[in-house]
Amino acid sequence: MPLFRRVANLFFRSRVDREIDAEIQSHIDLRIQDNLAAGMTPAEARRDALLRFGNPTATRERVASTEVALGFESVWLDLRYAARQLRRSPGFTLTAVMTLALAIGANAVVFGLLNALILRPLNVPDPQSLYTIEHGPDKGGQESYLDYLDLRDQNRSFDSMALCSIVAVGLDTGKNPSQVMGFEVSGNYFDTLEIQPYLGRFFHSADEHGPNSAPYMVISYSYWHSHFEDDRGVVGRVVQINKHPFTILGVAPPTFQGTLLFFFPDFWAPVVNHEQFTGQNILNVRNEEEFMMAAGHLKAGVTPAQAIADLNRVGSWLEKTYPKTDAQMSFALARPSLAGDMLGPPVKGFLTGLMLLAGLILLAACANLGSLFAARAADRSREVALRLALGSSRRRILRAVFTEAVLISLAGGAVGLLGSVALLRALSVWHPFPRFPIVVPVYPDAHVYWAALLLALASGFLFGAMPVRQILRTNPYEVVKAGSTGVIAGNSGRRLTVRDVLLVVQIAICAVLVTSSLVAVRGLMHSMHSNFGFEPRNAMLVDTDLNMAGYTGDQAPAMQRRMIEALKAIPGVKTVGSINQIPLGGGGPNEDVFTDETTDLSPSKAAAHTMVYGISPEYFHAAGTAMLRGRDLSWHDDKNSPAVAVINEAFARKIFGSVSNALGRYYKPEVGTRLQVVGVVEDGKYFQLTEEQKPAMFVSFLQSPHIGTCLVVRSERDPQRLAAAIRSVLREMDSGLPFEVHTWPDVLAIALFPSRVATVALGVLGAMGAMLSITGIFGMAAYSVSKRLRELGIRIALGARRTEVLQSALGRALKLLAIGSAAGLFLGVAATRLLALIVYQATPRDPIVLAGVVLAMLLLGLVATWIPAQRALSVDPVSLLREE
Amino acid sequence: MARNDFQGSLDLLVLKTLAQRGKLHGYGIVLHIQRASDELLRVEEGSLYPALHRMEQSKWISSEWALTETSRQAKYYKLTAAGRKQLQEAEESFDQLVKGVRAMLKYA
Repeated sequence: MPLFRRVANLFFRSRVDREIDAEIQSHIDLRIQDNLAAGMTPAEARRDALLRFGNPTATRERVASTEVALGFESVWLDLRYAARQLRRSPGFTLTAVMTLALAIGANAVVFGLLNALILRPLNVPDPQSLYTIEHGPDKGGQESYLDYLDLRDQNRSFDSMALCSIVAVGLDTGKNPSQVMGFEVSGNYFDTLEIQPYLGRFFHSADEHGPNSAPYMVISYSYWHSHFEDDRGVVGRVVQINKHPFTILGVAPPTFQGTLLFFFPDFWAPVVNHEQFTGQNILNVRNEEEFMMAAGHLKAGVTPAQAIADLNRVGSWLEKTYPKTDAQMSFALARPSLAGDMLGPPVKGFLTGLMLLAGLILLAACANLGSLFAARAADRSREVALRLALGSSRRRILRAVFTEAVLISLAGGAVGLLGSVALLRALSVWHPFPRFPIVVPVYPDAHVYWAALLLALASGFLFGAMPVRQILRTNPYEVVKAGSTGVIAGNSGRRLTVRDVLLVVQIAICAVLVTSSLVAVRGLMHSMHSNFGFEPRNAMLVDTDLNMAGYTGDQAPAMQRRMIEALKAIPGVKTVGSINQIPLGGGGPNEDVFTDETTDLSPSKAAAHTMVYGISPEYFHAAGTAMLRGRDLSWHDDKNSPAVAVINEAFARKIFGSVSNALGRYYKPEVGTRLQVVGVVEDGKYFQLTEEQKPAMFVSFLQSPHIGTCLVVRSERDPQRLAAAIRSVLREMDSGLPFEVHTWPDVLAIALFPSRVATVALGVLGAMGAMLSITGIFGMAAYSVSKRLRELGIRIALGARRTEVLQSALGRALKLLAIGSAAGLFLGVAATRLLALIVYQATPRDPIVLAGVVLAMLLLGLVATWIPAQRALSVDPVSLLREE
Repeated sequence: MARNDFQGSLDLLVLKTLAQRGKLHGYGIVLHIQRASDELLRVEEGSLYPALHRMEQSKWISSEWALTETSRQAKYYKLTAAGRKQLQEAEESFDQLVKGVRAMLKYA
């Protein structure tokens, strides 16, 4: 009630005044009435009543002040006072607000990412019970179709289990045939996720009747919007997928973009038609773990642990029943949004690391502002002393200081939040790779706003608390007596003050940031120039899928050969090779291999797990991969000749002990046919830059045909003209063939994407750290110079040398800088060990990094102390002494 | 110390008055204190009101507007439960004070 009354009083101040007036008036009237009754004249009665009462105005004021004491009225006064104080020193205010805006902004952005990618559940009904399953020691999220069927039918813990996998197809809607990406899914997919169509209908389990039996597709809302111009007549239309007719059944709702956060499919189609999408029928084999994820809702009341036990029961049954193909079928559950453990842990790790660094930035900013506030409080010690002497309470003064701090933090928080919201929105509409529908949907929501507000308030109180001790200890008598240059300058002598500690902490934090960003940048430079096992410069990639144009079986190698010949004939082209999946292009087939002596080809007997590439002769030449021993595959290594393979160095060492030992020897792939090693090539990167060296084998596309085709065209011609030439040649050969032409470095950008993102993020944080340390050191140095101007003037007048003046003016700031940098460097080196997990070849023990950090901090110190130093040197002793 | 005591005793007088008389307006409180103390204690009339409002905020007393016997509007105050408790405490501490002062004065 009192709280309510105070608030009410704030707005109805005049009502309170009126009531008090009425009460006082009634008192006086009662006295007059009694006086009249006692026989006084009206004038006498009135005079006596007023005399006895005393000053009614003063009484009213005193009563009113009891009503609002400690109330909101005074908060309002404090706010106005604080705003006035801040307006009076716009430089200080602007610096403080911008510092905080940067720090809060960085935190809001990182938290926005964390929130959108990890904390926010998928936009499907009941996301909490939706899990994807993973198996094996490396938590693979891929299942073969037959295993999926067994898991789906035999488990007792999922309501239903759907399968879904990314697939790229050639889609012909009557206009330009183009490559589109979507999901091939089990028939129960939409029913499992409980999604309702926006338009038309979805397909269901009942629509599946064996391989290639369900020529239906559902398109996404955005694809419908961009490619069919919102035409509602699209339902029932027949289009061509890889030259096979498919009926568009319906359009998915705009809010549903599949179960992967970063991949928005253009369409969904039944997985039973897999052969039509990829040209391979793998629905009836167990050892092809092609399908990305099986996911479903847990039944009500089933815990994840129970579900895992249940899946493991099915798993051990699979192991027993199919020992040749199924090994290590122990299961785990994961969230589908980041493809389970494929992306989840690295993304989580990276974002958590980033959040920590952003938190450090905020801490550094608070330290910075804290020392600014402490300096400001010191400058205002006379004002504080005066107020204390005039009877203000310390509590009231502290409240004014905190009000100022909170005002600044809210302003900074608001500016920072605005910036970060703009950035997050820009990120959300960004398509990092034009080739793929990959997105970063990180729209900010209420969580982000709250987080920013809380951070702003918390930091306001944190840096506002810095001058508290100073104010509590202020002795008004001493301060007033000491005059303008008094107490504070006097005791800032040799003792370690709170401000010193703050500065060291802040510089240490900034040095950590500078160290990590330098480490990241170096790592990226390394990975750009490291040996990929091929030479991306001066090479074009033509990515196509013959299946999309209807080539199957033996037609494929013939077509591939024709394409190679045709491209080779383009003037300026040196050589052309083809490979089924370009290394570092986002995956690739891999399988177990066995020594020649092994007869039991079950997974547990495998000698190695290796990448398997199908290539054309001359691929190594075109890709720039060095041949170490033996020979390249030739056009004579066809179906009629013995099966041969080229292996990489790691393969040779792993299976045959050494490179020289490998030539002419035999080994067995999963299918069991013996392969003879005819050549050894250098090692390369295949899946991602940070991988351990993997073994790899290369077989001829003439001996084991494949559909996926990536042509490597090596030429020193201008890429754009070359691309145009390639396009016209291929169109002439087959106008229905969808293909993409890119330079190899552009394609590689995807493999380098994580390190790029990390580097940019760390670079930005490092730059912010550097800025903060500049303002921090500058503030400290400028303050100590201005406080000691008179002393410096006297020294100069007495003939001190410039170095001595500088030494005494800035020595302390520089010493603190050195201590902070050393501590930060040490911490940074320790912290960047974590970075090495994301940024390829990021090592903090790189002499260039260490030297770079030292140099950077020195430069920062120099920049930050330059102006104060100039000021110290240009002190004019005469005018300074005259001022007093 | 002295100021606190004075304030304390004004509170005590007001609380005691309301305890004895039930509902009463400010003017009535002044008259009662004067009369009950045989004209020994005179409250400065204006200083009564800040005390009344302060005690009302502390929830020792509550107030309402009502008509006097002569049909004038006046603000009437009465004791709350918390006020009764406070009165008891104030009486005890005043007794202590009086005892202490007496002892002081008797000391030879």
